[in-house]
Amino acid sequence: MSFPYLTIIIFLPVAGAILIALLKNSHPRLIRYLAAIFTFVPLALAVTLFCNFDKSLAAAGLIQFEEKLLWIAPLNAFYHLGVDGLSLPLVILTAFLGFMVVLISWKIDLRVREYFVWLLLLETSILGVFCSLDLLLFFIFWEIEVIPMYFLISIWGSGRKEYSAIKYVVYTLFGSALMLAGILSLYFTTGSLSMVELAQSELGAFTAVIPVAAIFFLLLAGFAVKLPVVPLHTWLPDAHTDAPTAGSVMLAGALIKMGGYGMIRVCVSIFPQVATNYAPLLVTLAVISVLYGAAITLRQTDLKRLIAYSSVSHMGFVLLGIFALGQVSLTGAALQMVSHGLITGLLFAMAGLTMHNVGERDLSKLGGLARQIPIIAVIFSIAGLGGLGLPTTSGFAAEFLIFVGSFSSTAVSGIQVYTILAVIGVVLAAGYILWMLQRAFYGPVLEQYNGAKDADTLERVYMFAFVALIMLVGIYPAILTDIIKLGISPITGLLGG
Amino acid sequence: MNLELFIPELSLAAFAIAVVLLDLFIQRKGLLAVISLVGLVVAAGFTIAMWGGSPQAIFNNMLAVDSFALFFKLLFLGIAALVILASTDYVAKFARFQGEYYALVLLSALGMMLMAATTELIAIYIALELTSISLYILVGFLKDPKSTEASLKYLLLGAIASAVLLYGMALVFGVTGKTQLGEIAQVIQAMSLQATSANPALILGIVLLVAGFGFKIAAVPFHMWVPDVYEGAPTPITAFLSVGSKAAGFAIILRVFYSAFGLPEWLSLNWGLIFAVLAAVGMTLGNVAALPQTNIKRMLGYSSIAQAGYLMVGLATVGASPTADVLGRSGVLFFLASYAVANLGAFIAIIAISNKLDSDLIQDYSGMIKRAPWLAIALSLCLISLIGIPPAAGFMAKFYIFSGGVQNGLLWLVIIAVLNSVISAYYYLRVVKVMWLGEPASEEKVPSSGALRVALSLSCLGVLLLGIIPGYIMKMAEAAAKMLTF
Repeated sequence: MSFPYLTIIIFLPVAGAILIALLKNSHPRLIRYLAAIFTFVPLALAVTLFCNFDKSLAAAGLIQFEEKLLWIAPLNAFYHLGVDGLSLPLVILTAFLGFMVVLISWKIDLRVREYFVWLLLLETSILGVFCSLDLLLFFIFWEIEVIPMYFLISIWGSGRKEYSAIKYVVYTLFGSALMLAGILSLYFTTGSLSMVELAQSELGAFTAVIPVAAIFFLLLAGFAVKLPVVPLHTWLPDAHTDAPTAGSVMLAGALIKMGGYGMIRVCVSIFPQVATNYAPLLVTLAVISVLYGAAITLRQTDLKRLIAYSSVSHMGFVLLGIFALGQVSLTGAALQMVSHGLITGLLFAMAGLTMHNVGERDLSKLGGLARQIPIIAVIFSIAGLGGLGLPTTSGFAAEFLIFVGSFSSTAVSGIQVYTILAVIGVVLAAGYILWMLQRAFYGPVLEQYNGAKDADTLERVYMFAFVALIMLVGIYPAILTDIIKLGISPITGLLGG
Repeated sequence: MNLELFIPELSLAAFAIAVVLLDLFIQRKGLLAVISLVGLVVAAGFTIAMWGGSPQAIFNNMLAVDSFALFFKLLFLGIAALVILASTDYVAKFARFQGEYYALVLLSALGMMLMAATTELIAIYIALELTSISLYILVGFLKDPKSTEASLKYLLLGAIASAVLLYGMALVFGVTGKTQLGEIAQVIQAMSLQATSANPALILGIVLLVAGFGFKIAAVPFHMWVPDVYEGAPTPITAFLSVGSKAAGFAIILRVFYSAFGLPEWLSLNWGLIFAVLAAVGMTLGNVAALPQTNIKRMLGYSSIAQAGYLMVGLATVGASPTADVLGRSGVLFFLASYAVANLGAFIAIIAISNKLDSDLIQDYSGMIKRAPWLAIALSLCLISLIGIPPAAGFMAKFYIFSGGVQNGLLWLVIIAVLNSVISAYYYLRVVKVMWLGEPASEEKVPSSGALRVALSLSCLGVLLLGIIPGYIMKMAEAAAKMLTF
């Protein structure tokens, strides 16, 4: 067996967490450095994977860096890891954000040891979801994530943190309970838990325990809560708003991507026929998510809540791209997940920094901050412009692909109408983002914020890293789309498109 | 007569008697716990030595020595060992009767071992009473008003349940003329469809058996005793009741219903349906009733009613397809093992905490993460296992037992069960929340004795092992489940 890259990437953060938990000396400085090391190495390894990934067209649909061991014989479950063009970008994104949130959390001084333990466990579970190719393993990583997030929100959060935390847990468990029923049904229909085998087998050939469409929707329920799809989104604004900055960055940046990833990897790949049949319904939900999310974002006055609601709208684009079921639209959806992870991650980091340095996040009380904290203002604006899809940012590339792909998709009739409706979401995004920037950073300078500190060196470092990646993907999207295509083309092959 | 097949039980009985006698001479009562533990380990050693042998019957077909019985015997011995480890501090406070306490725990475990092995109605009744009578005394051991009330309640309701059970057995005997399970099955299978389906005595007998056994496993609507008895009993005994007594009940239900009433199929479909309904009602009622509880022992009492509901999904699965299905039976066995470690772990942590606080109120657990970090972490892990969140054992157990349900057309029941798990998350996490987020009432540390730490570490290790590498125990459970025959 070759070098187990993925196992090491996934489990290094856990190893770090155990080390930190058992440390005799609980000096915060030591813990921070350890956390940074145990998240930086996975990032470095993920970048190595990217470099060694076979990007030739011949590799389309191939699972690379595969690891497979028999795990639970009576259940026919395997410890099966691997990445393809679809999951690799998300693995890199998660590893990147995992390292960034340690830097973002550098100034945390409440229960430091526990904080970093939960943060590291969270990273492991998200990485595990993106790398698992066995449904049971996938589900286990999917579920583990609930516990660290619960503690992160409820201990280090703000506002109604305990309410938001338990709401998050109940919503997630509700979705995953239905997903579990779906996984079990699928298992007994086919006798297999392997995502690879399932995607290659024809479900019609089996006698299903319940109608195949019902299995599809049971599974979709779990993913739809996470993505989130209106009307299952109400946990998101509460959780994102009340979570600590790092928690919001992980939630918006990596965690909700699990929903979109699951939809492509499980729902579309394994049930291409059902996905095609129900695409009009799901595309309708996508348009509703985009427009409803954007409309509600427009009337937010809380900086974090505004960004949170904008995620609902932006994830609507992902849903549209997925269930337009075209090669280009699916590629766009996958790219949008990465792009949104970077942009919204940066937006939340900046919102957290503003809050920390200024001590206020109510837009009606802010104003003119561009004079007092110019660096934060500039970076915030860049991230905002990425969010509204300005060319040269990754947001533009991704949304452009989604719209072009959806508009030209042949899988769903009348998709052009849905696409045009969804484009309105971009116009609204321009509205709420520019309005937010204007209210926070421009206009008359307010004296009470005169002493506010601007970003320090460490903060400038991570800001720069985010901006560099957003620009890189925006200017040269092929660096990712060339890989994503390899993962998407076998799926569109199944769809017959 | 193969007396060597009965050695585990004989040795355990000998140790139980030895403990009572030595109590008269030994001044250091801690030694009694050690002797009891040795007795359990010896019995477990004999039991393990028998694993893998071909199934045999002893005492004129009254007891079976097969992997099914052996699996449960090991489970009961393990449970009793953890209970004794958890009892040492608790019992040391008693002025008198320490020897009796340990002896009764051993005798009760002996009764459970017999319950798992019996294949004959009269022997079932005797084994059940041996277990129950020991437990009646143990529940009232504290002799304070609450404990006495609990004991009396348990005794009265238990006696009624026994009477109902006997009545059911009498009816079954009246219809078939046999008391040995295999022979009952033969008679029923030989009867014509009309003769059985038109026979109200048989149906009534089976229903009464469900009621009688339902009391043991705390199935709704035979659960009324649970919260009061759990609250009043000494906490180690509550732990013993909640896992040992329940597991024994399930062992005997599996044996009786599968061996005697497994065929014809319409019969099993009917009792399967009874269990399906009891499961749905039990878990829903247990979980909803647990939500407002403020006493952690009462809360775990209701939670154990809910867990019995999840377990009955396995029984319903067995009933739905007795011929084809191993997964339902092995699912029950695996679930019992993982429920045992998680629930025992939770109770052991509670014992350690209440030793110091002298309170079982959830609000008094506030800030426990600062006062006793390892206790709080262990208790959180066990509660997470009871919710069924990976990587703890409870998740694998639920996955395993529910998979049998889905396979046999009980998806509706499985969906009710998984949604119930979501409800249960709310009250289990409430305890976790109080421990991690609450402000500690005082800075004083909560100490725990060596025995408790060992017991707690073993339980937590079990929770993690069964959750991460469950394959080995699953295989054992499957081998045991295959041993049951019509």
